[in-house]
Amino acid sequence: MSEAQAALQRVTQVPGIRGSLLISASDGLVVAERLMDGIDGRAVAALAASLVQRLDRATNHAGMRAPTFVHLRGDKGSVLAAPGRSDLVLVAVAGVDANLGMARVQMLDAVGRLV
Amino acid sequence: MTDDIKTLTARLADEPSSLAFLDLGEALRQRGQLEAAYKVARGGVARYPTLADAHDLLARILGDQGDLAGAFDAWADALRFDPMRIGALKGIAFLYFKAGDVAAALENLRRAAEIDPDDQSVRQALERIRNNSQPVASPETSPAQSAPVAVEAPLVQAVHSIPVPAAASNGAHGPEKNGQLEQGIMLVDGNGLRLNGTVLSPSNQDVGDLVAAELAGVSKEAARTSRLLGLGTWQAIAVESPEGNVFLVPPTPDTLLLTVRDSSLPLARLGLVAERAAREAREWLTRHT
Repeated sequence: MSEAQAALQRVTQVPGIRGSLLISASDGLVVAERLMDGIDGRAVAALAASLVQRLDRATNHAGMRAPTFVHLRGDKGSVLAAPGRSDLVLVAVAGVDANLGMARVQMLDAVGRLV
Repeated sequence: MTDDIKTLTARLADEPSSLAFLDLGEALRQRGQLEAAYKVARGGVARYPTLADAHDLLARILGDQGDLAGAFDAWADALRFDPMRIGALKGIAFLYFKAGDVAAALENLRRAAEIDPDDQSVRQALERIRNNSQPVASPETSPAQSAPVAVEAPLVQAVHSIPVPAAASNGAHGPEKNGQLEQGIMLVDGNGLRLNGTVLSPSNQDVGDLVAAELAGVSKEAARTSRLLGLGTWQAIAVESPEGNVFLVPPTPDTLLLTVRDSSLPLARLGLVAERAAREAREWLTRHT
């Protein structure tokens, strides 16, 4: 199993996580994915990449370095993103009942292991 | 342990349902045993959730602990159960003044004066604010907590619910202290224009307009992402960065509230602060639109 697949597996094992992807931040393309049926990986990748880039610029204007973790919360679920090295971002789609704290820990650890 | 605290502790142990917690909590607060006082007050609030005295006590303790947002909420709870409670009105006036909103401070003091025109402390506070806008010491808080605090102004109404960081209490206004980013708060409209508040860069530059412009895109992007991924209505974005945490909430569909704090404040707590600030921002928008 590749490092990317191992990372995705760890994240998707967290209760309430509906899927995870490794994406390229600069072009919003899917590098690897592990998703439940019904989730459009390409859409998630494009939207998450765009959001992370905008937040990157906003925090940069505020004199802060790039985000290490982003959580977009909706009333029916969440998108989590952990930017890593080499333009990669680990993204997870979570239901409302997800263990977000566990997901965050797993994502930060997993993305830190990716080269 | 002093005798009165021993006596009150024993009385509360004998009769847990008694109101002795009020005297015990206050005695502990006055002796600076704030953590113990807090536990006693929390227990009292849990047992008597509609007792204004209990919330008032909790507010004084939280104020002494520096949790000004918590104190504000507790005093607001006290007023909910007893709208005539002068101590709570004075406390809230004190917090408004600390946050730089003289008008709101005066409004609460006037209400207190209407309830009890003979209360000298209220009259004195009113006079001091009117005459020279010098900080008014809350008679309910300890001297250490009632020291003058300069607060960046003008911030949005929402800032009143945000605890003033220790750096501000010491008079330091810069956004950076010991390498840590201090707070910023800003309300932005749907077109990326700043409505109120500010964000300062580590070099002390006001970068609010730049950040605001970028946030317009963030708000739209969040709405689009939530809609397309079936996440419902977007409610918040939390961003962690090495320098600090950022929390974004939409007080209304057309506005965005940004709250920045250094990472010493846990992100979940920042979320609570931001949501409370969003409620205040909604009220501010109602008054100014």
